[in-house]
Amino acid sequence: MSSAVIPLGWLPVWRRNFLVWRKLALPSILGNLADPLIYMLGLGYGLGAMLPSIDGQPYVAFLAAGTVCASTMNAATFEALYSSFSRMHVQKTWDAILNTPLGLTDVVAGELFWAATKSFFSGCAILVVIAALGLTNGPLLFWVLPAVVLTGLAFAALGLIWNALAPSYDFFMYYFTLFITPMTLISGVFFPTDQLPGWLATIGAWLPLAQGVALVRPLLAGQVPADALIHIMALLVTTGVAFAIALRLTRRRLLK
Amino acid sequence: MATLGSPPALAITELRKTYAGTAVVDGLSFAVEPGTCFGLLGPNGAGKTTTLRLCLGLTAPDSGRIVLNGHAIPDDAQTARARVGVVPQFDNLDPDFTCSENLLVFGRYFGIADTDIRARIPQLLEFASLGSKADARLATLSGGMKRRLTLARALVNNPDVVFLDEPTTGLDPQARHLIWERLKKLKAAGKTLILTTHFMDEAERLCDRLIVIDHGRKIAEGSPRQLIAEHIEPQVVEVYDEAGGDLPAFVDGARALADRVETSGETAFFYCREPHELLARLAAAPGLRYVHRASNLEDVFIKLTGRELRD
Repeated sequence: MSSAVIPLGWLPVWRRNFLVWRKLALPSILGNLADPLIYMLGLGYGLGAMLPSIDGQPYVAFLAAGTVCASTMNAATFEALYSSFSRMHVQKTWDAILNTPLGLTDVVAGELFWAATKSFFSGCAILVVIAALGLTNGPLLFWVLPAVVLTGLAFAALGLIWNALAPSYDFFMYYFTLFITPMTLISGVFFPTDQLPGWLATIGAWLPLAQGVALVRPLLAGQVPADALIHIMALLVTTGVAFAIALRLTRRRLLK
Repeated sequence: MATLGSPPALAITELRKTYAGTAVVDGLSFAVEPGTCFGLLGPNGAGKTTTLRLCLGLTAPDSGRIVLNGHAIPDDAQTARARVGVVPQFDNLDPDFTCSENLLVFGRYFGIADTDIRARIPQLLEFASLGSKADARLATLSGGMKRRLTLARALVNNPDVVFLDEPTTGLDPQARHLIWERLKKLKAAGKTLILTTHFMDEAERLCDRLIVIDHGRKIAEGSPRQLIAEHIEPQVVEVYDEAGGDLPAFVDGARALADRVETSGETAFFYCREPHELLARLAAAPGLRYVHRASNLEDVFIKLTGRELRD
């Protein structure tokens, strides 16, 4: 309602979530790591053994790049949906915070940065495993980290829109079945999008997951991504627009 | 009490808020002197919680003016909230944290440095009689302890004004008395308390002044004593039909002995100034039990807001 009173007001909200996470950090990281790794290793080596190399790299290396982005997306999405909803709707943590000098912008921004942070942990954990398996090539590897941050921010902001609209946890299933899962299949995570009908590949290329993949895959292979600036801008604009919508919808929900 | 002429801690003028065509707050005006306890009383759905949300700037009024600690609300609400504490109606403590962590994390929302909060935590826990529970997890606390921790949390920024939304609902008598005693201490320390409750004994004990609201409108205002003196006869005789007596016949015969008679189910309430003749008549009436007492704020409340159930 009024301008920020506490400088960096999102930070104490972020720190609150970080403190909760720290108590359960190890099981949380291992839990987030297990599922994508099982898929990546199972499909990558099992299915990959029957496949020719893709763009000169083995299938498992191709899939590794997709897995970094998909698990970043999933971690940000789960946090912005289920965990934020618990804090907003079930535990009423946001109500408690809104009784202090912090405003709703601080709360939602704190949640955005926290969900992005958690997805960053998740992406980094996968990256460490991939590097240990020798599936990366060259020193551009470290540029994957900012690409993971941008991907996480975009999906955190998108998730917060759905969070603001959700009547209950059941509502989140639609987000996964209607948006996340189809997007994963047409964004070049599991296979190159030139296998798709042209119109579907075009839609896929516009989706935020594809922007992340377009940055991460070349970087892991030791190449500078083509059109990097466009993909970076696309993820930043997605974050900005989605955050503005999420904030507006959350304000309508909580401060009516 | 406040010194004469000091500006009110909270001043509300002609406040209106409508939800879906229904006026929830309908032209409400009142002012709260600094250092006093002010009560906001009313049946369920009277507009108490909405009024508090408006005062904190959590929702914008359709019209009217709110000034809290000299700050215009909602425009300047975040600045005003820096000097305000809130005990909400439903506990929203952090279940993942210990008592100390709850206070530490909440203090950070006010921009207070960790070292300053940590230095304050022991006295806050002591005030809430939770001195031995600093590292206790929230799940191990009783309802009364959680309520006290919520009160301690509301004081983490050393506020001038504390809003309390039904602070003792759901507590056992021991826990309620402890909360009341702490609230009196806060008032003695010069804090302004703004309290909603529908426990009339709570309001009578704590409030220097109070208003009764119903349907978003103020229907009475004053100190508990003033309200009792102005709105109701000083004595009440409650007559119960518990042993097969004929209550309706007794009420018909004794109606003239009281200023006012109300019947609710198996109980008749005789409101009067001079009950001797009524009591003599009751002593001779077979099958009826009775209680003779001074009238209280609850009688005023029922008279003003009626006996029908509010859901």
